[in-house]
Amino acid sequence: MADMFKLQVVTPDKEFYTGEASMVELTTTEGQIGVYANHIPLTAIVAPGILRIHEDSEVKKAALHAGFIEILPEEIRILAEVVEWPEDIDIKRAEEARVRAERRIKNHGAEIDTVRAELALKRALTRLDARR
Amino acid sequence: MASMRDIKRRRDSIQSTEQITKAMKLVATVKLQKSRAKAESSKPYFNMMYETICSILHKSGNINHKYLKAGESPKKAVVVITSNRGLAGGYNNNIVKLVSAELPAEDTYVYAIGRKGRDGLARKGFTIQADYSEVINEPLYRDAADVTLELLDAFAQGKIGEIYLSYTSFKNAASQTPRLLKLLPVEIENNGNKEEAKAQALMTYEPGDEEVLDSIVPKYMSSLIYGALLEAVASENGARMTAMDSATSNAEEMIEDLSLQYNRARQGAITQELTEIVAGANAIS
Repeated sequence: MADMFKLQVVTPDKEFYTGEASMVELTTTEGQIGVYANHIPLTAIVAPGILRIHEDSEVKKAALHAGFIEILPEEIRILAEVVEWPEDIDIKRAEEARVRAERRIKNHGAEIDTVRAELALKRALTRLDARR
Repeated sequence: MASMRDIKRRRDSIQSTEQITKAMKLVATVKLQKSRAKAESSKPYFNMMYETICSILHKSGNINHKYLKAGESPKKAVVVITSNRGLAGGYNNNIVKLVSAELPAEDTYVYAIGRKGRDGLARKGFTIQADYSEVINEPLYRDAADVTLELLDAFAQGKIGEIYLSYTSFKNAASQTPRLLKLLPVEIENNGNKEEAKAQALMTYEPGDEEVLDSIVPKYMSSLIYGALLEAVASENGARMTAMDSATSNAEEMIEDLSLQYNRARQGAITQELTEIVAGANAIS
């Protein structure tokens, strides 16, 4: 059994998750990382992706969209601007958002903000992924 | 002495005023509890944000980052958080006073959140750059992020050199203090917490110190503005509750006085009538 560490996920509105975990997986701007206890201290920026929290026996999933992560040997803190449990995600809405964003990227004109559309697409895909 | 009817009319009008202030006080109390819980639940995020920013700046103290030094423009921007409605005692006026005392009107752009502050500062000659008054009714994190984006845009274009935030911080239901703090350039007090600085010294930043700072400073500002919004809402309700409470007790006092006067006048009228009847009876017999 791997060592456990304390994990905290906070959002501007509430403490999203507090507990003991053996590993946490998420996507940063540099790529996907998985963190065990006793990691070197690291601060990284979060990119939209699935957050997987490995507890004793189960794995919890959440859609993590923006924020950053601070890793200390015995403690990990994720400051998330937006994070959702799969059960809070409206799959229909996410699907719709995906279609809309893809359309916008495909026929992008000068007035359309491509970066924003791409971000919206990423968010939608993350949500759908978290539901699966 | 005023007539009985005049006194009664005044007493009735004060009574209906009292009813209104009493109801407003009750509404403010309920809202206060809600907004206070909200403000408190946002604290952990903000505190962590602050710690992280502190530790990054501790580590890279001499970094030459655009967010750490003032822009060249002499213009300043200030985000002013007040309420949309009055009847909250000195709540709005205190903010207006503080801002106009600390910042020069001709060199300051106001980003107003709340109608009362906007109007008050416009009267004092400030330029109102933007108005987000709807936000204060139901503050969302998105709103704070939007305001931040606009401010950073103006900062990056060199339109403004410094950014301030003015809001009423919430201590408890009875006391709130107006505050003015600097958002940009970021200034962290050095509390000389050396042990912590040492522990943080090993921290690595991915992709790099500057990139992390680039991404964290806007988040830091948004969280600061969001926290301020929530605190301001709690303060507004606290201020309104106190103001309405004293209004209600003043009204009660006046009603008591007027009731006394009214009863005296009534007694006087009865006595006079009696005297007249007795005098009339005496004259006949």
